[in-house]
Amino acid sequence: MPFDLHSINLFDMGKQFVFTLTLQKISFLAVAFMTFASAVAVVTMKNIFHSLLFLVLTFLGVAGIYLLLSADFLAAVQVLVYIGAITVLIMFALMLTSKLMAKRVSQTMEQWIVALPVTLGILVVLIRLVVLNPWGMKAAPAGPTTGIIGTSLMTKYLLPFELASIVLLVAVVGAILLAKEDKSDDPS
Amino acid sequence: MIPLEWYLALAAVLFCTGIFGVLTRRNAIGILMGIELMLNAANINLVAFARYMHPTILTGHIFAIFVITIAAAEAAVGLAIIISIYRNIELINVDKINVMKW
Repeated sequence: MPFDLHSINLFDMGKQFVFTLTLQKISFLAVAFMTFASAVAVVTMKNIFHSLLFLVLTFLGVAGIYLLLSADFLAAVQVLVYIGAITVLIMFALMLTSKLMAKRVSQTMEQWIVALPVTLGILVVLIRLVVLNPWGMKAAPAGPTTGIIGTSLMTKYLLPFELASIVLLVAVVGAILLAKEDKSDDPS
Repeated sequence: MIPLEWYLALAAVLFCTGIFGVLTRRNAIGILMGIELMLNAANINLVAFARYMHPTILTGHIFAIFVITIAAAEAAVGLAIIISIYRNIELINVDKINVMKW
């Protein structure tokens, strides 16, 4: 059997137990495991700052999944917006409320015993749906995406694009207004 | 080629992890982190379907960009609310904040 660069045969002895893992699948499994493990760490860590650091790792893993889906622009946006902006924002909020971190208060509620079966039930339903549905789709070769995204944002999706900018403006104004210190009715 | 089901399964697992975080976290910032996980799972689904159905039209990518935009706005407003609550009552544990309940 000639050596193929893109497929590594595991368990090659015995014809009935041969399954091939391509390099793509190996990298998907590695990235998916990293994403899943750090996501579990995000929701279970005792120290909320540690779970924020694992959240960064989860976002990086999702960016890797985007790259595997050949969504190059979205991977860059994921790194810039999520890791660069949202994580820093959450870090600021954590630092501003740092009295709670220092007190070593318990970070999880007692209702996790109820939450775990509910979550597992939703997971079983979703996985069953994914497995049983005959999707039957094949990925076609894809090129760079940035040009197509830019063109359709400026033509077909121009109205939602402008609305999104208005939403961002409203959110910025609202965030400033909410977080501003109110000095008018509180003399202390 | 990676089957579509693998991406969908990963997104389902990530979504359920986010649900678990939202249900069990006591800190409001932890709940926001769980919401971010769920939004990321939805984005993986959108991009995977865009890749496997119409690789040249990319509607899913556009929707994912809008989801990222809304997530950024939601994080900003949510954290502002949390900081405002913290400034008023000195704690952000959601099982203690019940002044609007009765």
